[in-house]
Amino acid sequence: MTTSTPAGTGLGHPELPALLARMSGDEKHSPAATSTLDVLWVLYDRVLDVDPAHADDPDRDRFLLSKGHGPMAYYAVLAANGFLDPAELDGWSSFDSRLGQHPDRLLVPGVEIGSGSLGHGLPLALGTALGLRARGRTRPRVVILVGDAELGEGSNHEAIAVAGRFGTGQLTAVVVDNASDSHGWPGGIAERFSREGWAAHSVDGRDHEALHRALTDTRPDQPLAVIARVEPKEFA
Amino acid sequence: MTAPTEPRTRPMREEFTDLVGAALDVDPRLAVVLAEISADRFTAAASRHPDRVINVGIREQALIGVAGGLALTGMRPVVHSIAPFLVERPFEQLKLDLNHQGVGAVLVSTGASYDYPAAGRTHMAPGDVALLDTLPDWTVHVPGHPREFAELLSAALLTDDLVYLRMSERTNAAPLPVGRRFRVVREGRGGVVLAVGPMLRPVLAATAELDVAVLYASTVRPFDAAGLRSAALAATPDVVLVEPYLRDTSTAAANAALADLPHRVLGLGVRRDAELRAYGTADEHEAAHGLDPAGLARSIRGFLATSGR
Repeated sequence: MTTSTPAGTGLGHPELPALLARMSGDEKHSPAATSTLDVLWVLYDRVLDVDPAHADDPDRDRFLLSKGHGPMAYYAVLAANGFLDPAELDGWSSFDSRLGQHPDRLLVPGVEIGSGSLGHGLPLALGTALGLRARGRTRPRVVILVGDAELGEGSNHEAIAVAGRFGTGQLTAVVVDNASDSHGWPGGIAERFSREGWAAHSVDGRDHEALHRALTDTRPDQPLAVIARVEPKEFA
Repeated sequence: MTAPTEPRTRPMREEFTDLVGAALDVDPRLAVVLAEISADRFTAAASRHPDRVINVGIREQALIGVAGGLALTGMRPVVHSIAPFLVERPFEQLKLDLNHQGVGAVLVSTGASYDYPAAGRTHMAPGDVALLDTLPDWTVHVPGHPREFAELLSAALLTDDLVYLRMSERTNAAPLPVGRRFRVVREGRGGVVLAVGPMLRPVLAATAELDVAVLYASTVRPFDAAGLRSAALAATPDVVLVEPYLRDTSTAAANAALADLPHRVLGLGVRRDAELRAYGTADEHEAAHGLDPAGLARSIRGFLATSGR
């Protein structure tokens, strides 16, 4: 497990629970709040080429959080990476806060899309990747995070098919799979992507090394899907 | 040698594909996003600009989502389909992937309210402008002539705004200058009739014998409140709105423009009280909605006769 402290904030992976606690107000966190935590950490710590000093650089990597609910982990990782002052986490979801229960790109530094309604991120990410390519910017990656239940939205499947057929190699989809879809994905989620022409890996969503390996296994002419399996969501 | 001839007026859809095809050659920011519709008209442009003519297939949610993503990278997306598949089906994508992300696009629809009448209700979108009215910041152009359309489209390509261009095969006899202000087409004292886009032709025929002012709009959003107000003050504040889409789409805007005056507003347009289950021709649909010259004349005369002034 990495212990680096990016962006000179002095805040690393061990500090994330304390950052989360500034929002949730307790020491224990629900799986919904933390299912994305390790993926987000690995992405910002070791995969994405983006930092607060280059938040508007057209050649930065893009991370798009499609699964906008439960954004505490996202805000915590943004704070650890210097995009947000940790003090701002305290007032989250209050009227004057920039940090809502769904993130807004026009309010939060480092947030690439406003999300909350499910199924919007993947088409937006595909368009972002196509736009970068059309502008000759073939280096930046576009990484989109969706949930396994969110995958039920048909808009995702429209984008999965198009990205696969276009061979959009700059695009990576991370599916955080906490088995929360009521009807499931027979054959596994990775199979859905590979059938459409994506490279696909299914890994332990808590294993930083495995996540890192999968997330960096990009192909020039093939989008990449990483299925990050985490503990099944507990239904009340 | 052949004698020069008057260039024929080409349909808006031809102006659209030619103009955008040429603009792709000179503006590297421009991209066209399609969902099969008109893809056959962009094959030459696509071969020149394979990265900027993007056909996502029959996938209208991706159509708008991809456009939003393109705009996030600084591109200027031009998005096109038949009106119901461009505005109604992916409406939440318009709200969230464009408006909410704070990015713009040029939406160019074909089919209007009843341009494909034999196709029936599935291919009609008389509610498109009313739907866009639920979102902020949209500029809505309803050109009444292909030359107006070309001018409005050319200008829209150069901005980053949210722009809806509603093409139609119904056109007026001649183009008028485009602009944000309603244009006074005819002076008159007994009331004001605002004709939107292709409604000018039947409005002029319907009001030929009436002492009313006729205003023309090829741009309806933003709504030229000052223009309507000054026309109402110059004539009589009895205002008739004639719109080629859902009736009363602009009635609230007209009432707001005249809020400090005693006034009356009659909204005419595509009926909203019942679904018209009929095929046939566009002329027959226009008549069924009371938007042909005879129907308009009846409605306008009736309205003015009950003025009580």
